Amino acid sequence: MNTLDFTALVALGSFAAGLLGALTGLGGGVVIVPLLTLLFGVDIHYAIGAALVSVIATSSGAAAAYVREGYANIRVGMFLEVATTVGALAGAALVLYLRVSVISVIFGVMLLYSAYASLWDHAALSANAKPDRMASWLGMDSSYPAPNGFENYHVRGVPLAFALMFVAGVLSGLLGIGSGAVKVLAMDKAMKLPFKVSTTTSNFMIGVTAAAGAGVYLSRGYIDPGLAMPVMLGVLAGSLLGARILAGARVGVLRLVFSGVIAVLAAEMIYHGLK
Amino acid sequence: MTTQIMEKTDQRMDLIMSRLLRTGVLLSAMFVLAGGALYLLRHPTPVTDYHNFQGQPAEFRTVTGIFHEVLALRGRGLIQFGLLLLIATPIARVVFSVFAFLSQRDWTYVVVTLIVLAILFYSLFGQHP
Repeated sequence: MNTLDFTALVALGSFAAGLLGALTGLGGGVVIVPLLTLLFGVDIHYAIGAALVSVIATSSGAAAAYVREGYANIRVGMFLEVATTVGALAGAALVLYLRVSVISVIFGVMLLYSAYASLWDHAALSANAKPDRMASWLGMDSSYPAPNGFENYHVRGVPLAFALMFVAGVLSGLLGIGSGAVKVLAMDKAMKLPFKVSTTTSNFMIGVTAAAGAGVYLSRGYIDPGLAMPVMLGVLAGSLLGARILAGARVGVLRLVFSGVIAVLAAEMIYHGLK
Repeated sequence: MTTQIMEKTDQRMDLIMSRLLRTGVLLSAMFVLAGGALYLLRHPTPVTDYHNFQGQPAEFRTVTGIFHEVLALRGRGLIQFGLLLLIATPIARVVFSVFAFLSQRDWTYVVVTLIVLAILFYSLFGQHP
């Protein structure tokens, strides 16, 4: 295979990943590493470097749209980014000490969890949560545009969310993913934020978390320009198109199918690691 | 009253931030695309071996090394510069947040944001084994 064919195939695969990731809300980043390692035989370190870069591109692109709609809670995001960036540095350091097989298995388990988490129902019951001393002191309580005007909400569970965000950061730095699933878990379940606020704030944080990991990967020589180029451009184009289609699309079935694909990839990664 | 003013400036902050993110991603994609075209035109050879991990040479790993490659108009150097811009985009957002919180005299969050910024700078410019 020559360089042009390889680049075109990787770009095409990344485009599909970005498109499906945006349409289903699962993010394209999670399937990039299995795609590159299982299908193209790329070493997992290169794959993680390229995936991390594409995660920054999609999250920054999407965050630009969301932030304007006034959903994301910037104070919650900034405070928790202390935990995710420290976690990302720890995760990027951990890569040096873990064997490829171990990273593969952790990746597979994480994929299974994301597929499972995407099937949850999110009841909108959090608006009436009581104020919490720590969150109030940190000025986190805010409001968001609900169907009938702006609705106020209180934030709680800051320490638990902070701990979960550290884990999300470690996974991001270790696996080259956005860890959106764990971030949403922290804000949705621990802080009881309205679901829309959780997802958009998570998206907003993913770029900063991934940047912390990507800086380490770049200076360590894990980011190969020839590989990262088609991955980043492909995922970005796919996710932009996906976000545009999303407006009027029914995604229930698609999400189910994509969750299935992710589950299969997860099994492959785990099998690959244990073999 | 004060919370209303805070929310107003919050909204303006959001708008500038979203423009900043969009511009950063667009600029980075343009460099990556241009560099990619140059790289593909000059490398019709068999594909690089990605199966065995070797790591990148110094010129693609450090900020100064990447700048040298860009000035030499090398394809891969331009790609790497685009990727550097991409990594810098969320960092620019954090820098902007420092000033936004300063203008609101929200000292707690000025400190929080500076901590995040310090971690990001350490990641990009620090020595990593």
